[in-house]
Amino acid sequence: MATNTIARSQHKENFLNPIWKANPLFILLLGTCPALGVTTTVENAIGMGILFTFVLVGSSVLVSLLRKIIPEEIETPAFILIIATFVTIVKMLSEAFLPELYSGLGVFISLLVVNCIVLGRAEAFAKKNGVLDSLLDALGNGVGYLLAITSIALIREILGTGTITFGAVFTFLPKIVLPILKFDGVDLSIPLFAKPAGAFIVFGVIEAIIGVFTLRKAEKEAAAKREAILAAQKAKAAALAAEKAKTAEAAGKEDK
Amino acid sequence: MSATNVVTAFILAVFSYMLINNVVLTRFYGICPYLGVSTKVKSSVGMGVAVVFVICLAALVCYPIYHFVLIPAGLGFLDTIVYILVIASLVQLVGLFIKKYSPSLYKSLGIYLPLITTNCAVLGVVQENNALDFGMSMANALGTSLGFLVMIVLFSTIRERLNAYDAPKNWKGLPIALITAAIMAMAIMGLTGMIA
Repeated sequence: MATNTIARSQHKENFLNPIWKANPLFILLLGTCPALGVTTTVENAIGMGILFTFVLVGSSVLVSLLRKIIPEEIETPAFILIIATFVTIVKMLSEAFLPELYSGLGVFISLLVVNCIVLGRAEAFAKKNGVLDSLLDALGNGVGYLLAITSIALIREILGTGTITFGAVFTFLPKIVLPILKFDGVDLSIPLFAKPAGAFIVFGVIEAIIGVFTLRKAEKEAAAKREAILAAQKAKAAALAAEKAKTAEAAGKEDK
Repeated sequence: MSATNVVTAFILAVFSYMLINNVVLTRFYGICPYLGVSTKVKSSVGMGVAVVFVICLAALVCYPIYHFVLIPAGLGFLDTIVYILVIASLVQLVGLFIKKYSPSLYKSLGIYLPLITTNCAVLGVVQENNALDFGMSMANALGTSLGFLVMIVLFSTIRERLNAYDAPKNWKGLPIALITAAIMAMAIMGLTGMIA
């Protein structure tokens, strides 16, 4: 029972850690190319996130299943081949069923092959862990990445076009255009944010905001460490004083 | 088209791919090395030269593979898998070749070679070339890789100075570098439409 709960909390950790604390894009800074390249609209970003999650989950599970069969010398080429297979599957599926998404993402679907996160999870996690853990880790990373690029896209689409459009890429949904910065003939959008330069600005500002929190956390940790050292020193000094007093007392007794 | 026309078209295409459709700042390939290897001028020059070398070679090798092997065999959909294997083995081969014939060059370029396999610029250019003819795909390879070299060297010179600049603590390092990249991208935007 106890081991069961430990295992369960470990599973939960594997899934939740990459979403928030070790987000592949915002904290580890991996997979930056598609994060800047396809985030002009929210729908493209969501589509990219879903395709990315599919490739990551598929390749992680397969790598984890084959981890005892693949010889160590040809590990990396074998991983790349597995990933490329899943990317080809995703490419063909999206071309057949979501042609708008396929043309919107363009060459970035093929570039999933060289995405550092996918190869990184295979090398760092899936080849050492069981199937269930690898699946959860891949899902967590996929969802974390999806949320990260969607938030960049949200900022860029609202600021860049003044509206959010649904149904242009996922054509099975009804087409909805939400006007957010555009109303009654007033247009508050800044087209720069839809351009490449805007992507760098949004990403830079997000990183700076995250920097505030990591700095605060680091300061807190440093303060806690200092306090712990001080407390240890105090305890040591007290113990020394007690020892001294004891020996002095003993000496005094002997004198008597 | 006469010979001079072809040459002018080629040169214009190279400049267009190099500056106007710059690889990192407008097409977003190869952001990882652009942000990761640009802290020192020396290493950015090494990375840039290695990328020029590998992209040109990969484009030269992959063009005949796609047009004379995959397409006649009806296997066009296998392009990504074939390209990544070709690029990975090409990088390995170039590494061995340089190690044997020029150990000093290997010392300065060698460490960047394995990183290039996972540089999206290489695969991106080769994939784009599927739709281009031979001359244009060579122009794309040459222009794109030179554009990468120019931008990463410029960026690293700026970053070396930024280190000495007293930025707010949470902006230090990557955030301020990203804003710098944004300003560089705006400068590149000013060239839009210069070459039709």
